[in-house]
Amino acid sequence: MNILVVLESNNGALHRLSREALVGAQELGDSIFALIIGNENEEILSELAGYELEKVITVKHHLLSSYSADGYSEVVRQVFISFSPDLIVIGHTYQTRDFIPRVSAKLDIPFIPDVISISDKGFIKQVLNAKLNATISNLDNAAIISFQSAAFNEEQLKLGSCSNESFDVSLVDSDIKSISEEPFQEEEGDVDLESAEVLVSVGRGIEKEENVTLAFELAKVINAEVSASRPVVDSGWVDSFRQVGSSGSNVAPKLYFSLGISGAIQHVVGMKGAKNIMAINKDADAPIFEISDYAVIGDVLEIVPKLIESLEQSK
Amino acid sequence: MKIAVLIKQVPGSESALPIDSEGYWVDESSVTFVMNPPDNYALEEALLIKESNDDVEVVIVSMGPLRVQKVIREALAKGADRGIHILEQDITEKDPLVIAKRLSNAIKSEEFDLVLTGLQSDDTGMGQTGVLIGEILKMSTATLAVETIIQEDHIRIKRELESGWFQWVQLSLPASISIQSGLNTPRYPSLKGIMGAKKKEIHSLSATELSKEETLQKVNNVFVPQTNKQTEIIKGDIDQIVSRIIEILRTDIKVI
Ligand SMILES: Cc1cc2nc3c(=O)[nH]c(=O)nc-3n(C[C@H](O)[C@H](O)[C@H](O)COP(=O)(O)OP(=O)(O)OC[C@H]3O[C@@H](n4cnc5c(N)ncnc54)[C@H](O)[C@@H]3O)c2cc1C
Ligand SMILES: Nc1ncnc2c1ncn2[C@@H]1O[C@H](COP(=O)(O)O)[C@@H](O)[C@H]1O
Repeated sequence: MNILVVLESNNGALHRLSREALVGAQELGDSIFALIIGNENEEILSELAGYELEKVITVKHHLLSSYSADGYSEVVRQVFISFSPDLIVIGHTYQTRDFIPRVSAKLDIPFIPDVISISDKGFIKQVLNAKLNATISNLDNAAIISFQSAAFNEEQLKLGSCSNESFDVSLVDSDIKSISEEPFQEEEGDVDLESAEVLVSVGRGIEKEENVTLAFELAKVINAEVSASRPVVDSGWVDSFRQVGSSGSNVAPKLYFSLGISGAIQHVVGMKGAKNIMAINKDADAPIFEISDYAVIGDVLEIVPKLIESLEQSK
Repeated sequence: MKIAVLIKQVPGSESALPIDSEGYWVDESSVTFVMNPPDNYALEEALLIKESNDDVEVVIVSMGPLRVQKVIREALAKGADRGIHILEQDITEKDPLVIAKRLSNAIKSEEFDLVLTGLQSDDTGMGQTGVLIGEILKMSTATLAVETIIQEDHIRIKRELESGWFQWVQLSLPASISIQSGLNTPRYPSLKGIMGAKKKEIHSLSATELSKEETLQKVNNVFVPQTNKQTEIIKGDIDQIVSRIIEILRTDIKVI
């Protein structure tokens, strides 16, 4: 099977999910073509030179000096037509979400997104807020598969050698209908979640803004910082610099104590590196328990006040 | 200016999700349905644009069985002008490209300036329908919008990138944009809005009459995920739970 892996540059370096996608492609196929788009990719090219790949395809063009969904989707379309691979494989990044559906519609081939593993029946993806998994397959046609973070281990990338080829893309100014400005970061808070030893993390299960004080009280008695899931931040109950997850911080504390968090993948990617995970959730089937070392099945609003009281007494 | 808000009805986060007898999907008869949460933010964004600009019409588009009229009514009660219901009885059709083609066929003649979708549906989580429609209808596209500014014939969008980064993008209209949750505070319908919604029009179309599309990907089955992690389950009465937690914090993990 021929596979085209579309790579992503993360400030000039290869995106971690691109490396994982290469591992996935090496498992699935025998002839791997890796495509890298853009004008400043020397660092990535020298890394790729050491991997077992059929070929690295480079595409440069003055209209590709910064990312645009218009430009990138058109490049992948043209490369697909020219190489006609059986599959396109890519990491499930935000950039992938932004332009890969355009490729799917242009080429009329399906995009199976956010795949966590492969079985003999098809591609497995989480559905219904990670409560169930689904097996999906493409019917008799080429397809685009994106792999979720950690679907494959980047350390398993097979080393070897490969050749380079530059591909001439045809793009005109009118193809690019959007103007992208420079990426920027918002002002950061004065809390350093990344170096906290213990985090008490609140989710929507805390139910009301008033109840968030419970998390702060618990954090105080066990000398922890408070973090939160996205909906709690979105509701304005907790400052945004406390958010953990794909659009917040990546944390790896000694203990991550989660209160009423369901365990959606976008949250889990930000905290699964914690040495110990303890979760309180009233739903015994909550996905957070799948990655927990300690699963407390119960109501946060009952347990946490009692816990604070006992901890204070035993001081 | 005409804005379409695409709203999907999905199982609520607290709903039971029993797998059906064929193992194909959940048994819908015991599911409670809600408006897909990100779509609620897309709707609010459209209503805010309507309130701060002249001559804006907000049209709700939803495809699915008869039950989805409930979310259309809910959106009309919040202030949308009219609804389009694309009747699709076949709940096994989960191919996003087929869904996007049918939605595109249904809305093409309306010539919307702006199509707003949620970034992802809570049930299938394909995260692509809005962008597919944008490509099919030859619109500009952008995803994960956390702020929108309309300026005559174009729109400026603040996009969320990974790990706390953002970027402004300017798109020409017409555009199809997916909305990230949290960018605004969705309103609740007023009593007056609920009464008024009863008089608003919901136009019904049949999905299969729109087009016969070939399915290119399909869901074969669903199953409960298994884990191989060693997990200690702590339950019992509240005092037992609390004392076990303290013991773990003190002697197992040694953080207190
Ligand atoms: C592109 C993208 C980026 C995202 N980025 C992030 C991110 O960075 N961080 C993030 O967190 N999310 C992110 N999300 C959202 C993510 O998908 C989930 O929606 C979110 O993590 C859910 O938060 P939650 O667990 O607090 O809420 P819910 O999913 O609503 O879960 C609440 C949980 O609380 C439990 N519960 C309710 N009441 C109680 C009680 N009294 N006692 C005990 N348990 C109770 C329920 O059983 C449930 O499991 C992102 C989503 C997308 C699509
Ligand atoms: N059947 C549908 N009816 C209306 N809108 C839909 C439908 N399916 C998807 N959408 C829209 O597309 C978005 C993304 O869905 P998905 O690609 O399935 O994750 C949703 O948040 C909705 O705004």
